[in-house]
Amino acid sequence: MNPGTIAIKGIRQGLLVTLGEGEWGARLRALEAHLGANPSFFRGGRIALDVGSRELGHSQIEEGRALLERHQVELWAVVSTNPATETAARELGLVVDLGFSRLRESEDEAEGDEEPPVEGLVVRRTLRSGQSLRHPGHVVIIGDVHHGAEVVAGGNIVVWGRVRGVVHAGALGDEGAVICALDLAPTQLRIAGLIARSPEEQQGKPVPEMAVVQDGKIVAVS
Amino acid sequence: MEGRGSDSRRRAARVITITSGKGGVGKTTLVANLSVALAMQGQRVVAIDADVGLRNLDMMLGLENRVVYDLVDVIEERCRLRQALVRDKRLSELFLLPAAQTRDKSAVQPADMIRVCEELREQHDFILVDSPAGIEQGFRYAIAPAEEVLIVTNPEVAAVRDADRVIGLVEAEEKGPARLIVNRVRPDLVRRGEMLDISDVVELLAIDLVGIVPEDEAILVTTNRGQPLAFSSDSSQAGRAFHNIAQRLLGQDVPFITLREPGVFERIFRFMRSEGDGS
Repeated sequence: MNPGTIAIKGIRQGLLVTLGEGEWGARLRALEAHLGANPSFFRGGRIALDVGSRELGHSQIEEGRALLERHQVELWAVVSTNPATETAARELGLVVDLGFSRLRESEDEAEGDEEPPVEGLVVRRTLRSGQSLRHPGHVVIIGDVHHGAEVVAGGNIVVWGRVRGVVHAGALGDEGAVICALDLAPTQLRIAGLIARSPEEQQGKPVPEMAVVQDGKIVAVS
Repeated sequence: MEGRGSDSRRRAARVITITSGKGGVGKTTLVANLSVALAMQGQRVVAIDADVGLRNLDMMLGLENRVVYDLVDVIEERCRLRQALVRDKRLSELFLLPAAQTRDKSAVQPADMIRVCEELREQHDFILVDSPAGIEQGFRYAIAPAEEVLIVTNPEVAAVRDADRVIGLVEAEEKGPARLIVNRVRPDLVRRGEMLDISDVVELLAIDLVGIVPEDEAILVTTNRGQPLAFSSDSSQAGRAFHNIAQRLLGQDVPFITLREPGVFERIFRFMRSEGDGS
């Protein structure tokens, strides 16, 4: 990838924009020029930014988000090989792992609509109240999903921990999706268009369970 | 958390914001008592009442009638910061920066709080910011200057959930790791399973615990009188708990108090008396 070029390509979740090398402020201005040149292409869309190995803090990511917002573009993900940047992005509620970021080096930069397969998203933290995770593919959470937190996945959801919040698998309509957890006692559980609640009384030692759709209903099997 | 410098090499003040999400869990009471406890340890303390429009800390510290200028006066440059600080009449190293009562949260921006705390840091050891309840502007500016955050909660479901939400926001602001104080614990209710156990709360929130404060009638009486309980540390469990928190903040390893539960005989006695005292 040439330094200084901005690469844009279509992915399933929207657009992936690779910012290339250079100083952050300058790259943002270059991005803004792109946005200004093709307003109808970008407006109303959502963008994942690939920032490479840069170390970015909250304010810098927010700066990018604000810039995109001025052009009516939503920033939903930041892809970086820098752990500090990933952490900052995640804390701002952004997705940091598109599931295929490792493959991107070998791909051509092009404005196209190629669709790499949507893979799993692994999240190694606890989702607290008010935090929300959305991903079109499968989601694996190593941690808990607290009351008031929300996970929405196009595919399956696996939680290595406790589920107390709202989890929605197969959110793009797949009734074959499942939800597994070490301790599955969500406020509400959804698979595709179906909704279920946990039984009122939760007694005894929790056991790992899997929720699946059977005969048009969500059932839990252990 | 990195080690603090020794006394010979005094560093700028630690800015600690005390917040909770839910209202009524005892933030202001805690700030009043913790300020007193730290000042009694010889620390130079400023307590900032960040609850603009609903100020209470001045009353709880018994300094209400000495307030001349306030936080908003400082921010809007109607006075110098020094002029707005109210020096405690009992502890010469304890100061209060009161909130404005006739204004609201929109009068303060996060940058204002950072500037005020920065100016105070040179002259003091601790700056305790008493955050308003909620997660809106008041919370935002209260958290802005913080280097450390104490989350106050009660052992009840609603308070713990709000605390969880706030911890998430604090982590997102890179102010973490937040530490936890469980306030208003009633051992009798915990024993009967009608109140969450401390270990339940810590497990739910998954952050470090720095204090357990039991419910204590004396708190109500002393705060109404403007004489925080921490002034008389030996008389009550709650008073001792405040001093323990202060010592832990100073890096001392103080064991958590085992909350005094009524003994078996006392329980039987109480049972026979029936619910006479309502406690």
